[in-house]
Amino acid sequence: MQPQPILQLKEKLADLKLGGFSWNNRAVWSVAALIIILIVNRLISPNFFSIDMVNGRLIGSLINILDGASAIILLSIGMTLVIATKGIDLSVGTVMAIASAVAVMLINQYEAGAGEFYYMPGVVILIAVAAGAICGLWNGFLVAYLNIQPIIATLILLISGRGIAQMITQGQSPTFTNETLAFIGRGVILGVPFPIYLCLAMLILVTLLVRRSAIGLLIESVGINARASFYAGINSARIKVMVYTLSGICAALAGLVVAGEVKSADPHKAGEFAELDAILAVVIGGTSLNGGRFNLFLSALGVLIIQSLLTGLYVSKLHPTANLVVKAIVVLAVLLLQSDEFRSFLKRLFRRRA
Amino acid sequence: MRNIRRIAVILVVVGLIATAFSTAAQGGGEGLTIGFSQIGSESAWRTSFTDAVKAEAEARGINLLFSDAQQEQENQIAAINAWIAQGDVDAIILAPVVTSGWDVVLQEAKDAGIPVVIVDRNVDADPSLYVTRVSSDFVHEGRLAAAWLVQATSGNCNIVELYGTVGSAAAEDRATGFREVIALFPGMQIIRSETGNFVRTEGKQVMESFLSAEDPANICAVFAHNDDMAIGAIEAIKEAGLVPAQDILIVSVDAIPDIFDSLDAGETNATVELSPFMGAPAFDAVVATLAGEELPKWIPVAGSLYTSRAAYDADHQ
Repeated sequence: MQPQPILQLKEKLADLKLGGFSWNNRAVWSVAALIIILIVNRLISPNFFSIDMVNGRLIGSLINILDGASAIILLSIGMTLVIATKGIDLSVGTVMAIASAVAVMLINQYEAGAGEFYYMPGVVILIAVAAGAICGLWNGFLVAYLNIQPIIATLILLISGRGIAQMITQGQSPTFTNETLAFIGRGVILGVPFPIYLCLAMLILVTLLVRRSAIGLLIESVGINARASFYAGINSARIKVMVYTLSGICAALAGLVVAGEVKSADPHKAGEFAELDAILAVVIGGTSLNGGRFNLFLSALGVLIIQSLLTGLYVSKLHPTANLVVKAIVVLAVLLLQSDEFRSFLKRLFRRRA
Repeated sequence: MRNIRRIAVILVVVGLIATAFSTAAQGGGEGLTIGFSQIGSESAWRTSFTDAVKAEAEARGINLLFSDAQQEQENQIAAINAWIAQGDVDAIILAPVVTSGWDVVLQEAKDAGIPVVIVDRNVDADPSLYVTRVSSDFVHEGRLAAAWLVQATSGNCNIVELYGTVGSAAAEDRATGFREVIALFPGMQIIRSETGNFVRTEGKQVMESFLSAEDPANICAVFAHNDDMAIGAIEAIKEAGLVPAQDILIVSVDAIPDIFDSLDAGETNATVELSPFMGAPAFDAVVATLAGEELPKWIPVAGSLYTSRAAYDADHQ
């Protein structure tokens, strides 16, 4: 089913032409949007691009953007694949809370002197990730085998998950001191915060997984036409369970990043509304909510656009009440910029004026 | 002569404090049965609020019927209806989950002759339906934080503010109180203000942005609308290679347990207590209203400012 190499080349060339209907084109506009936002930020704050080395850690707004975006980038990886199957995962924010709650409660047993192997930091991290995977399995089971609509199936965990996290921590927001667990959120390697490496590693790993095998193609085919995929012999249920599980794992990693960053698990607020930012980023990255074609790196780019915008708002002297409105306007502008219809409308407008 | 006068003054002050304490300890209300409908146990603060009410009831010999609503208004209405139907409570203390939808049940309580005291969050019902509302004075908290900062900097300070959730009463009122006081000192200025939504990670991110947008030497202090955001800011300040509480002063509100660890470590300067001790004033209000006294519609509970764990512990024995 793979296109011939010569055809692929032709497609690539077509993609490079501006004004064509292709996702590559979308990439150009996403990058353009990011650059425009960064330039505006630079105009607002003169030292926006400056990066300093302080105590072996790079400090500066650009690093802050990457570091601050890392949790949502992790979410967006799983979310992209889920959305590519025409699904949606509303539970990622609460899965973050569950995973961080699990990790912090266990690690505090370790710090209190418990010797069992499952309290060792490395194992605790694995258990937290496994907790995320179980949440994802549950979502996948509801969607794939019980045929519950994804928005409802994951809504269940969105609501109950916060309760689960609160039960795990007994309603408190526990803190911890273990440096191994904290490293995931605040470690530094060669001056760069660890979450940035984690994002890159996951992006590359998952991209290899889906693009070096047929899985990516299968995901897209399930998203584009589930029935046709079924008749073509694709086990769409298994594909769906896989992407939701991966989304749960990504959410757990994001939860560990957020917990490590401030050395605490907050079952009430951790990951609150994070699912919306992740979905928004995936859409900005060009993956249609109707499923099908996806690109993980463009979703990550979408997160960077949102985070740059947020950082810009932080350094602007706008009153905080204006934040959400400005965010909405800029996101709308980015989406319009990416819309072929809107651009051709603008073109026509200019022609008429000229 | 001077010494005698001083001793006399001290004696009078000690005497006043002693009477204040003894009345607080006795309180009144012995033998009363009071229903207390609490929101739930969603935070450490809520739990200590519940514990404080229970302890106060026990100290006063009040028979407290406690009902945990688990964040549901229906549960609260059901509990209040049950108390009214059984007719065995002398008064009801209600910590409402939400603001609206209380008129009917409050009217029923009023018709049954059971006074209701609202604690903590507000209700939008007709004020004639309840006795009074006992709640934290967020404006006072903001003023207190500002007053400390004014003193610590002799009225000269460029402040960055970590705003709470925009639109929440806690954030808006703390901001108002803080601004009221610094307005008296031309040298005190808020140079940046952004919301961290009362969350640690966001507090850290906002502070990181402030530190890269401003010359850190130009930032004299952080005012955080809650302790969590202050703890996030401490992390950001440390990452930027600065010394929190020295290079940049930090004052916040809530007095959660974690902030005292930071105070112990010398990484923050002061916190204003969001007082969970609303039991005593609520019971006082019940006793007063049963005795036929008219009460103001709002009884504010003001927390104090603490700069060390020792000071806090001394106040809460």
